[in-house]
Amino acid sequence: MIYALAARLGQMALVMFGISVVVFLIFFATPGSDPSARIAGRNASQETLQQVRHDFGLDRPLPVQYALMMKKLFVTRDLTSFVNRGQKVIPTVTRAIPITLSLVIGAALLWLIGGLIVGLIAGATKGSWLDRTLMMISLAGVSMPVFWLGEVANLITQSRFHDSWAFSWVPALGYVPFGRDPLGWFQALVIPWIVLATLYVGLYGRVLRASLIETMQEDFIRMARAKGIGERQVLLRHGLRTSLVAFVTMFGLDFGALVGGGALLTEVVFGLQGVGKLTYDALQTLDLPMIMATVIYASFFVVMANFVVDVVHMFLDPRVRDAF
Amino acid sequence: MSSVEETDAPAASRQGQAKATESPWATAFRKLRRDRAAIVALAVLVAIVVVCLMAPLYARHVAMTDPFVTNLNGTVMIAGEERPVLEPSTTGLGLGLTPIGPTWEFGPFMLGADNQGRDVAARMLYGGRNSLFIAFASTLLCLVLATLVGTTAGFFGGISDTILSRILDVLWAFPIFLLAISLSIVLLNQTLTIGPWRITSGSLALPIFIIGIVYVPYVARPIRGHVQTLMGAEFVTAAVGLGASPWRILIKDILPNVVPRIVVFVPLILALSMIIESALSFLSIGVQPPGASWGTIIQDGQGLLYSRPAVALVPGIAIAVTVLALNILGDGVRDALDPKSAMRIG
Repeated sequence: MIYALAARLGQMALVMFGISVVVFLIFFATPGSDPSARIAGRNASQETLQQVRHDFGLDRPLPVQYALMMKKLFVTRDLTSFVNRGQKVIPTVTRAIPITLSLVIGAALLWLIGGLIVGLIAGATKGSWLDRTLMMISLAGVSMPVFWLGEVANLITQSRFHDSWAFSWVPALGYVPFGRDPLGWFQALVIPWIVLATLYVGLYGRVLRASLIETMQEDFIRMARAKGIGERQVLLRHGLRTSLVAFVTMFGLDFGALVGGGALLTEVVFGLQGVGKLTYDALQTLDLPMIMATVIYASFFVVMANFVVDVVHMFLDPRVRDAF
Repeated sequence: MSSVEETDAPAASRQGQAKATESPWATAFRKLRRDRAAIVALAVLVAIVVVCLMAPLYARHVAMTDPFVTNLNGTVMIAGEERPVLEPSTTGLGLGLTPIGPTWEFGPFMLGADNQGRDVAARMLYGGRNSLFIAFASTLLCLVLATLVGTTAGFFGGISDTILSRILDVLWAFPIFLLAISLSIVLLNQTLTIGPWRITSGSLALPIFIIGIVYVPYVARPIRGHVQTLMGAEFVTAAVGLGASPWRILIKDILPNVVPRIVVFVPLILALSMIIESALSFLSIGVQPPGASWGTIIQDGQGLLYSRPAVALVPGIAIAVTVLALNILGDGVRDALDPKSAMRIG
């Protein structure tokens, strides 16, 4: 167990190193224009270019440049933006994290509950019209681009039906900190939550249904039925419990991916100033230091989320433990 | 997913071969033909492709405009009345210009104009061509790469497996939009020369390349696992015992069993590529102006969302219908080829 954990930890460190090298190479070693011009942004003055060259050690060998960049990102954390003069990048990212987390955690709760209900009902009524309707709706939800769905939601709640009783409570686009106004926070996020969760409800419902149907054909289910346990009990206590392992694994991966950049589109459409929106704005202004920071931090978060999933998996399932 | 058990395939393919009179492929086709939803989905897809291919005809003979040229001062005859394509706003503060709305008639500006006075319906067809082309090309790239990587890692094992698996791990953990943003911010503003190829900033090669590589781990990992399982199968042991060379085993025994797996991935990766392409284009790092794709048209429509919602709504519907059809077809293909696979992608 300790050995497996250590091996997995080493693997995680390796992947993080790999990612940081890839990001570094993309920004500093792509052939073409001068990296200092990229970092300094549009129409930078000669002095700025000189300063960038000196700060990032661009006249020195690549490994030194790599070390300098990592130092700026993680040790001194004094990476500054050149587009928004003097803006310290790392604190800006740190301030945006609660917004992204608010969005993703709320949506995750919704889609977990929704996916559980859809999967259970469809799995229990396999082959019926209810099952088929639910699966069709799920598939439709999976097929819509999330940013488009967000715009449709905006069109309905902000414009066309905003004056009706149903949506008059929806505030203007933007984020309200929880500490300042919990109700406002909730109201501002409900629509984004629903939009973001739509895709995943379909996905999780389908996966749970498939895994439930498979589990319900296992011998231990027949055993439970033979013992005379009621069908509902068999479904919930025996079937669902076994099917949930895949569900939990998937959840960890998706949660990590969403916090690490996947929520970007939702944040952009709803004007939530999270990490994704920060990256998007930096893309519009070609603010390279900002993008470097969000990319590295977000991908590290994804790697750690994957690590946590694997560890949880190891505790749940001895077979995985021994596989290392 | 990192821990999907891969145990079903040899049994499944043996079942298929049990009917001596019919090849596994014929069985699969027979099953697919019986799947009514999948056939309807296929028909819808073919119709969408055909309609999009007719974009130049539509632009010339129906819309009668060039949908790639800004048309700020143009006028159009509607119901015997000459109207400017960009009309002064009547809502809000009355500032600025509002493009002409949809006429809903088969003719010029059927879906209205965007804020540069271009015919949205004609752009939809051209955009669909780009969206579909990018999806097909990147799916091809992804599957070829994934097959190469997955079979190499699974078949040869050892050091090549370790190296390839680590590369896949890195790619897997990389948030897809952030990878695309990083690559495009560096590449989009310049001309890149790689050997004999020159990739200009407006080239479709860039989105194809980006979308093509991000899903490689999703396909390569299951293929690697599948190849590893096959390596333990009796018919491979038998081939080894008969003195077959590794290449012969790879080509005669392994690959024919891997191909159905890859075919199952085709509609799913196509669907994912469509979604990612639209997202990248929406973020202005996919298809570059004046080119169009369904994603860029949604972006054009974002500013007009409350005044001319059709501009943003119609391409979204087109994407949703195409992707839904691909997903339904994907379910059908999977049921036909590989009924027990519990594969999931997202």
